Amino acid sequence: MTFWKKEGTQKILSSLISILFGLFVGAIVVFIVGLCNERISLKGAWEGIRLIFIGILSTGRNASGSLTWGFNSANIGNMLFRATPLIMTGLSVALAFKTGLFNIGAPGQYLMGTLGTLFIALSIPSGSMPGWLIWILAFLGGVLGGMLWGAIPGLVKAFLNINEVLACIMTNWIAANLVTWAFDESNLKNMVEGTKSGYIYKTTYGLVDGTYVDGAGIATTKLGLNKIFPGSQINAGILIAILLAIAVYILISKTTLGYELKACGANRHAARYAGIHDKRNIVLSMALAGGLAAAGASLYFLSGNTEFFWSTYQSLPSTGFNGIPVALLALNNPIGVIFAAIFMAMLDIVGLQLTNLTAYNEYITDVIIAVIVYLSAFSLAIRMLIAGKAKKKALSKSDGPAPAAPAEPAPAVDLAPAADAAANTEKGGDEV
Amino acid sequence: MTFLIQQTLIYAVPLMIVALAGVFSERSGIINLALEGIMIFGAFMGVLFVNLAQTAGWFVEAKAAGNWMALQGFELLAMLVAALMGAIFSLLLSFASVNLRADQTIGGTALNLLAPALVLFFIRLIANQNTLQMAKGDAASWFMIKKTTLGFEKNADLGFLGNTLLHKVYLATYVCILIFIVLSIILYKTRFGLRLRSCGENPQAADSLGINVHKMRYAGVSISGALAGMGGFVYSLTTANCTSNGDVAGFGFLALAVMIFGNWRPLNIAGASLLFGLFKCVAAAYSSLDINGDGVKMLAKIGISSHVYRMLPYIITLLVLAFTSKGSRAPKAEGIPYDKGMR
Repeated sequence: MTFWKKEGTQKILSSLISILFGLFVGAIVVFIVGLCNERISLKGAWEGIRLIFIGILSTGRNASGSLTWGFNSANIGNMLFRATPLIMTGLSVALAFKTGLFNIGAPGQYLMGTLGTLFIALSIPSGSMPGWLIWILAFLGGVLGGMLWGAIPGLVKAFLNINEVLACIMTNWIAANLVTWAFDESNLKNMVEGTKSGYIYKTTYGLVDGTYVDGAGIATTKLGLNKIFPGSQINAGILIAILLAIAVYILISKTTLGYELKACGANRHAARYAGIHDKRNIVLSMALAGGLAAAGASLYFLSGNTEFFWSTYQSLPSTGFNGIPVALLALNNPIGVIFAAIFMAMLDIVGLQLTNLTAYNEYITDVIIAVIVYLSAFSLAIRMLIAGKAKKKALSKSDGPAPAAPAEPAPAVDLAPAADAAANTEKGGDEV
Repeated sequence: MTFLIQQTLIYAVPLMIVALAGVFSERSGIINLALEGIMIFGAFMGVLFVNLAQTAGWFVEAKAAGNWMALQGFELLAMLVAALMGAIFSLLLSFASVNLRADQTIGGTALNLLAPALVLFFIRLIANQNTLQMAKGDAASWFMIKKTTLGFEKNADLGFLGNTLLHKVYLATYVCILIFIVLSIILYKTRFGLRLRSCGENPQAADSLGINVHKMRYAGVSISGALAGMGGFVYSLTTANCTSNGDVAGFGFLALAVMIFGNWRPLNIAGASLLFGLFKCVAAAYSSLDINGDGVKMLAKIGISSHVYRMLPYIITLLVLAFTSKGSRAPKAEGIPYDKGMR
C-alpha cells in the first residue's frame, strides 16, 4: 500500500480539504461583503482575506496603517490557552461518538463542571490546606459534576430509549438554569471590584476571615510557559489537556473497556449478543464524556485569569458546542483532537484580529467552522473522491462497515427505538 | 385568563408549526435536526425584509393613513419571505442527505451552527450591533390587531371571546393555525401526503411503485424548511418585537421534542405544543399572572424561584418523554440514506 492510498493519509487529507474549503468560503464571503459595502472597499477585503488565512501571525498595524506580520507570542500563547477547554470538549464528543452516541450535551456538562470547580475552589478558606490540594479538589469536583450530568442522558438512553440528542438538549438548558440559580443564591459574586457586575470571583481570590482577597486563592501553575509566550494567558492546563487526550487514546485503543465501548458503537445489539453490557457501557460512555467536558471547564476557570459570567440561563457556552466540530474534524481520533482544537482556537484568535483590525467581525470564523462541519458530514464521500474511486463504487461501499468515519456513528441518527432497531439490524446484516 | 390564553397561543403557535415542519421532513425519511437553525435564518430574513421595505418606504404611507389591511398584507409578505428563505436554506440539508447520503444528524448540526454565525455576521455589518430591529416603529404599532384597528370604540366590551381573540393579537397566529390544519389534511388525505409518508416508512417499496424517493424527500425537507423559517419569523414577531439576534431560545429543539412527544401526528402535536406553550408562558410571566382574575397573583405568592419556572418546560419534556418513549413510533426509514440496492 503506497503512502497516498493509506487510510490514515486519506483521513487527514479529507480533513485538510474540509478546512481549506471552509477557509475559502470564509474568504469568499469576506470578499463579496467587501465589494458590496463601501465602508470596506477592496483594500479592506484583501486585508480580511489575509487575516483569515494567516491572522495568527498578525502583529497589528504600523504607523502608516498597513497590516504587519511576524511571530506574535501573545497570540500564539493565547491560542494554546483557548485550545485547552476545546481539547477537552472535543475529547468528550469524540469519546461519545466512539460509542455511537452524539454528545450534544457538552455545554451543559461544561457548565456543571464550572459550578463544581468554582464552588469548591472559592469555598475552601485559603490557608486551611495547601493550594495544590485545593486545586486538585476543585478539578475533581468539577469533573464529578460533569460526570453526573453526562450520566443522565446516558441513563435515559440506555433504560428508557430516549434519544440522547434530545435528552442532552434538555439537560443543557436545565443546567444553564441550575447554574444561574446556584450562583444567584451564592456569595461568590464578585463584590470587590466595583466596576464589574455579574461575574464570579476569579480563583486567585481566596477566602480570608470571611472576605475575599485577591492573590490569596489558587491558579494553575505556569511552568515557565509564560516565559516562552510573554504577554499571553497560557498555563500548564494545555499540558494536562494533552496528557488527558493521550489517556483517552490509550483507553479507546488499548484497553478492554475501550474495545467494549467501540463494539457498542458499531452495533449495540451484536455487542449484547457477544456478552457486553451495552446499557452499562452507554451510561459509562456518557459519564466519561461528561467528565471530560467538565474537565475543560475546570482547566479554563482554574487558570486564575478567567471570570465566569453567572447569569447564563439564556445562553449556553460555545466552548461546549465547539467540541462537536473539533471531534468531527479530528475524525474522533483523540490525538487528532489536540490539533483540531488548536486549529479552532486559532480561528478564534483570527476572529478577534478581524474585529479589532478591520470592519469585519468575529462571526465569520463561526461561518467557517459551520462549513467545515457541513463538509465533514460527508467526509466519507470526499475520501472516496481522494481515493479516486468511481462514484458507483463509492455508493456501494458506504453501506459496508466503513471504518471510523464521522458518518459511521449511524446509531446516533435514531430518533426513536423503532428506527434504531431497523438501522442496526440492517447494518448487522451487511457486516456478516 | 385572557392574558394567559393569548400568551400561551403566542408561544404554542410557533412550536406547533415548527413541530409540523419536523413531521414533514421525518415522514419523508430525513431527520431534520436543523429546525433551530432554519428558524433563526427565517426570523432574520423576515426581519430584514421588514427593515428594508420600511427603509425603502414601501408601506410608510399605508401606516400614516392607518390602512391596517395593507399593513397586515405587509406582515403576510414578510412571512412568505421568511418561508421562502427557510426553504432555500433547508436545501443545504436535503442536498447533503439525499444526494450525498451524508449523516443527517451532523448535517443538521452544521446548519444549526451556520445559521446563527451567518445571521450575526450580517447583523453586525448591517446594524453595527448584535440585534436587527425594524427601521421604523415597533411590531405592536405596525402589525398588532387591536380593538381600535377593527373599528370598535376604545372601551368597547367585546365579550370574553372577542377580548381574547380580537384584541391585541397578531394575524400571523391565526394564519399559522390555518396552515397547520391545511397541511395536516394534505399529509393524511391526499395522494401526495400518502406518497410522502411511504418514503419515510419503506422507500424501497415506494420506489418499486414508481414514486421518486429523492424528489419526495426533497419536497418533505423543503416544506419543512418553509414552515420552520416562517415559524421563526412568527416567533420573533410575536415574542421579540420583530427583532432578530441570531437566537430563538432553543425553540427549534423544543419543537423537536414536541414532535416526538406528539408521536409524529399533527393532532397530538397541537395538544403537546399547547401544553408547552402554557409552561413557557408561566415561566415568562409567572410573577404577574392572575389566573382566575381575582387580582391575587397566586404563583408569585408561592415564592418559588423564577429559575424553577424557567427549568420547568425542559424537565417536563424529559419526564414526559420518559413515560411515552416506549410507545412512540418514529417513521421506520428515517435517518437512513435511500439506497436502491438495499434489501
